[in-house]
Amino acid sequence: MTLVSVSSSPRITAISRLTALRVPPTVALAFAVIAIVIAWSLAPSLFTSHDPASGVPADKLLGPSAAHWFGTDHLGRDLYTRVVYGTASSVTSALIAVVIAAVAGGLIGLLAGFLGGWMDIVLARLVDVLLAIPNFLLAVIVVTAIGFDTTNAAVATGVSAVAVFARVMRSEVIKTRQAVFVEASFLMGGSRWHILLRHVLPNASRSVLPLAVLQFGLSILVIASLAFLGYGDPPPASDWGLLISIGKDYLKWPWLVYAPAFVTIATVLSANRISRWLRKTD
Amino acid sequence: MAPQDRLTATFTRAERVAPTPLRSIPQLRVDGLSVSYGPHEVVTNVSFELGRGESLALIGESGSGKSTIARAVLRLLPSGGHATGRVAFDGQEVLGISERGFRPLRGRAIGFVPQDPANSLNPVRTIGAQAQEAAALLDEPDKAIRKQLILETFAQVGLDTPLRVYDSYPHQLSGGMLQRVLIGLAILPRPALLVADEPTSALDVTIQKRILDLLTRLQHDLKISLLLITHDLAIAAERADALVVLKDGVIQEAGRTASVFSSPASAYAKKLRADVPALNPDRYAALRDTGFRSLKTGQAPKIEVSAVTKTFTVDGKALTAVDDLSFSVPAGTTHALVGESGSGKTTTVRLLLGLEGPDTGSISVAGEQITGRSPEALRTVWRHLQLVYQNPFTSLDPTWTIERLVREPLDRFKIGTRKERDERVREALADVGLGEHLLSRKPGALSGGQRQRVAIARSLVLKPDVIVLDEPTSALDVSVQAGIVEVLLSLQTTLGLTYVFVSHDLALVRQLAHTVSVMHRGRIVEHGTVADIFDNPQQPYTRSLLASIPSGGDDVAHMRTRAFG
Repeated sequence: MTLVSVSSSPRITAISRLTALRVPPTVALAFAVIAIVIAWSLAPSLFTSHDPASGVPADKLLGPSAAHWFGTDHLGRDLYTRVVYGTASSVTSALIAVVIAAVAGGLIGLLAGFLGGWMDIVLARLVDVLLAIPNFLLAVIVVTAIGFDTTNAAVATGVSAVAVFARVMRSEVIKTRQAVFVEASFLMGGSRWHILLRHVLPNASRSVLPLAVLQFGLSILVIASLAFLGYGDPPPASDWGLLISIGKDYLKWPWLVYAPAFVTIATVLSANRISRWLRKTD
Repeated sequence: MAPQDRLTATFTRAERVAPTPLRSIPQLRVDGLSVSYGPHEVVTNVSFELGRGESLALIGESGSGKSTIARAVLRLLPSGGHATGRVAFDGQEVLGISERGFRPLRGRAIGFVPQDPANSLNPVRTIGAQAQEAAALLDEPDKAIRKQLILETFAQVGLDTPLRVYDSYPHQLSGGMLQRVLIGLAILPRPALLVADEPTSALDVTIQKRILDLLTRLQHDLKISLLLITHDLAIAAERADALVVLKDGVIQEAGRTASVFSSPASAYAKKLRADVPALNPDRYAALRDTGFRSLKTGQAPKIEVSAVTKTFTVDGKALTAVDDLSFSVPAGTTHALVGESGSGKTTTVRLLLGLEGPDTGSISVAGEQITGRSPEALRTVWRHLQLVYQNPFTSLDPTWTIERLVREPLDRFKIGTRKERDERVREALADVGLGEHLLSRKPGALSGGQRQRVAIARSLVLKPDVIVLDEPTSALDVSVQAGIVEVLLSLQTTLGLTYVFVSHDLALVRQLAHTVSVMHRGRIVEHGTVADIFDNPQQPYTRSLLASIPSGGDDVAHMRTRAFG
C-alpha cells in the first residue's frame, strides 16, 4: 500500500504560476523604460551618433525635429545625445546610493532587530538621528564635506537613505524572529547565528527588494536635485539635473527643460510602478 | 408573552418581497449553479432544494466550493467571481436580478452567520452600535424600541446579561458569546432562510454543541430554513434533514440525511464516512495493538511529569496556566492531552520540551531531567525529543527547499556524512509517504497535508525516542487527517516511538491514543486508558466533553424530531 499523496491542488503547476504572474501593461511599460535607461547608461554610443560635449554653434536653440529629437541647446549640441550620455552618471549614482543604503541600513536593522536589548536601543536611536536630519540637507552636507562629484552625491544620498532601510529591516526581523519556524529550528539544534543568517535574513529581506526599487527612483530625484544646484559633476557633463539647471536660463526655449525633466519623471514613475508590482506579487 | 411572540407582534412582517408563498414552493432552489473566478471554475452545475422550515447541510473539504455556494446565494462573491445558473428564493429568481432588486432580501429575508465570530465584528465599536446596524433593517424609527428588540433577541439566543453584552466591545466577550451575538443579529429581522457558514468550527467542542442546539431550537421556534455549511459529517448528520456532499465544486451525493448517512452510494461519500473519527472509533485497532501490549507489560515510563506548576503574570495579574500537573507515559504508547482552549495544553507542551521552566516540580524524558537545564544542555535532550507544531503553514521556513528542511536537524547536530544525511532524508520522506520529487520544492508548492508530513519527517530524521505533537491535524481536512494518523500509528508500531498527542478533538483521541489525560483550567481532571475515559468517565467535566462529540447517531436525530415535532 502506498501512501504517496499527489498535491491536492493541481492548479498550482508551473504553467499556471507563470500566467498568474501575468504582468499588467503598465508594469511591462515600466520595465521597458527602465531597460532603455539602463541600456543608455551602459552603451550610450549605440543610441546616438552625435557628440555630447561639442556642437555646431550655427544650429543653436533649434526645436525638436526629426534630425534632433529633443532639439539643440544654446551651444548647438544635440539635447537627446546629452540626455543619453548623462544617463550613465545619474543611473550609476542612483545604484551606488541604493546599494550603500541597502547594505548599511540592512545590517543595522538586522543587528538591532535580532539582538534586541541595548544594541537595539543604541542602533534605533542612531537611525532616529539620521531620520531627523532632512534628507536633502544631509546629502548637501556630505557632498560639501567630501567633494563636488556625482559619485560623492551618490554616497550622500545613500547615507541619507540608510535610515529607511534600517527601520524596515528591523521591523521585518522582529516579526520573523517570532515565527514558528524559527523556534522549530532552535529545537533542532540551531544556534543563534545559524537562525539569524539562514532563517531570519532570507525571510526579512524579502520586503527589502521592493523598497530598494522605490529608493532607486527617489535617489535619481535627489541626485538630479543635487546636480541642479551644482553639487554634481561640473559642465560639460550632462547629468539630468545639470541639464535642467542650464535649461532654466533659456525658458524661451522650453524643450531644454522639458526633455531632461520628462526623462527623469518617466524613470522615477517606472521605478515606482515596478516597486508596487513587486510588493503585490510577493 | 414569550420574547419571540412579543417581537413578532411588535412589528409587521409585510415587507417580504416574494408573493404569497404556497406550501409546495421550496424555500430555496438552486438549479445548475456554476461559479468561476476568472478562468477557474470552482463550482460546477450544482442543484439542490431546501424545503420550508427544513435544514440542509453542504458538506465538503476545503476547496470543495461549499462557502462559494453560500456566498453565491447571498450574492456576496468577491470581485472576480462570476455565477451562472438559477437561484430561486421563495419561488422568485434572485441570481439574475440587479443588486438594487436583491438588496432588500439580503439580511431581511436571507440571514447569514459567519464562521469566525472574532473576526466578524468591528473591534473598535461596541456590540450595541453594531447591533443597531442590524436593527436598522427592521424599519423601526424609534431607537429605544430598537434597543429593546435587540436586548430581547440577545436574551433569546441565551445571553444571560443582554445589557452588559450590549455595552461591551468584542474583545471582552468569549468566542461562544460572540457567535451567539452574531446569530442574534442574523435572526433579528426574522429571515426566512438562514445561511450558516461553518458557525462552530472556530469554537471549543462544548460551546460547539450549545451553539448548534441554539440553531436547531431557533430553527424550529421561528420556522426558519437553515442552510448549514460544514466540513464535519457527524455534525451534518445530527443537525440536517438533507445532505449535499461536495468535492471540487461537483456534487458527489445528495439526499435525505438518513439514507446518505447510513448507506452512502458514491465512493467519495463512503471515504468521507470512513475518515470521520467520530464515526469510526476502532479504525486503527490493529495498529494500536503494540502500544496496548506495552501498556500491559508495564514498561518503564518514557516521560515522567510530577507536580509541575507554572504561573504567568499578565497585566499584573497572576495566571496559573498549569497547576500541580502529574502524569507518566510508558514507552511505545501514545498519551493524549485533551482539553479546550485555556486548559493549559500548550503550556504543558512547552514545559515538556524545556522551552519554559516550571515554577515547581520536575519533568524527565527518557531518563534525562528537563527542568533546570541550561539551553546548551537542553540541546542534547532535543536529539531524542522532537516537536511537531500545529500549523504546518508557519512551522516550515518558506524560503528553504524540502530537502534542506528535513536535513536541518542532521546538519545542526552534525550527524553522519553528507551522503548518509541525504540517505536519511529520503528514508524519512518515504516513511511519511512523500515522493522524492518533492525534495527540491519549497513549502509554498505543497498542500497543508503534505507540509505536515514534511514536519513529521523532519522530526523523525533524528530517530528520536519521543515526539510531542501539538494538535498536528487541527488545521487539516478530515481525509488528510486520516492519512496522517495512519502514518503516525504505523511509525509507532515499526519504530517503537512514544507520542504525546495534544488535541481538543476527543473523537480523534479515541482513535489513536492509548492513555488520556483530560485537562481543565490547568489541572488534570481525569486520567486513564482510552477505554476507561470513554466508556466509564467519572468526572462531570469529562462527561460533558464526551457528550459534546457529535456522533451523528440515530439517537440524537430521533431526540430532535421528538422534541420539536
